[in-house]
Amino acid sequence: MNIIWFLLMCVSIIFSIINGRLDDFTKAMFDASKLAVETCMYLLGIVSLWLGLTKILEDSGLIFKLSHFFRPVISRLFKNIPPDHPSITSITLNLLANLFGLGNAATPLGIKAMKDLQTLNPDPETVTFEMMLFTVINTSSIQIIPFTVIGLLANYGSKMPTAIVLPTIIATVVSTVAAVGVLFLFKGIKKWK
Amino acid sequence: MEIINIISQLIIPLFILFAIVYGIAKKVRLYDSFVSGAKDGIDVIIKIFPYVLAIFLAVKTFQASGAYDSMKNLFSGLSTALSIPPEIFSLAIIKPLSGSASLGIFTDIVKTTGPDSLASRIAAVILGSAETTFYVVAVYMGAVSIKKTKYLVPVCITADIVGIAVAIAVVKMMF
Repeated sequence: MNIIWFLLMCVSIIFSIINGRLDDFTKAMFDASKLAVETCMYLLGIVSLWLGLTKILEDSGLIFKLSHFFRPVISRLFKNIPPDHPSITSITLNLLANLFGLGNAATPLGIKAMKDLQTLNPDPETVTFEMMLFTVINTSSIQIIPFTVIGLLANYGSKMPTAIVLPTIIATVVSTVAAVGVLFLFKGIKKWK
Repeated sequence: MEIINIISQLIIPLFILFAIVYGIAKKVRLYDSFVSGAKDGIDVIIKIFPYVLAIFLAVKTFQASGAYDSMKNLFSGLSTALSIPPEIFSLAIIKPLSGSASLGIFTDIVKTTGPDSLASRIAAVILGSAETTFYVVAVYMGAVSIKKTKYLVPVCITADIVGIAVAIAVVKMMF
């Protein structure tokens, strides 16, 4: 992340000098700060909401019951999570929210899952393989039906806005499997080294 | 389609109803429990905020400096060689960086090439099958203050490239 951030910032500064867009650059900096605050304020609402709701699950013991129930599915991929650990439930809930395109629930539940996974981390500053796997699945998107996209296509007068559903499902499945594959490949290379 | 739409609408209210009824049955003090959980939200956001700011700063200045436009031009030669609509490359570049910007580019593509064009369909599939990678990584890693991300970022970038290639290939084969 350090390298990417450095590259992006350097390229931006160099290009704004070449293109004579230095005032745009400065304006973009302040726009970004404003946007970051707005995004985090929105996140504050939905993250607190879902942390509150999942706390009810924890206090009632339901989260452990659900973890026990979902364990056979989740532990196939996430091998190092102990049985009945709350992270199994939060991972499952996040994946379900992603499947159904519930972005407002998926991100907060993903954060909750990361917090739960962190409790298993021996070195809190370094990412674990389970966390990477979880993040990679989330970044590659597993939504079944992209309602936003279909809605936009329909708005602009598409004759068959749902024609993209099947290719999207195929692309989603292939790219998610590929993403997980790439992760395991990197893990293999690191071990081999 | 319809069924999934209905499930999407029902899943959250039903889940909450289930959680509350179960909580009552187990004699949980629901209100206190909710409040004590929600209280942690602010700590999480305080942790995430600097990461989100850093990402937005890089993305916004990248777009404003004209670097993004130059990159688009750089790729336009490649896209004609591969007979891929040039607009797709601009979407592919911005997709991992910014969700709202990629939605804007998608709308542009639909407006200029028509909603049933090859470009629109490829763009739709890319949008439906990929997330805003860097934002997700920043938020998830930031939430638990992870500093060493090992090989996570290279994996995500490789996966993004594969995902976009798959999206283009699938649409080209099906239409």
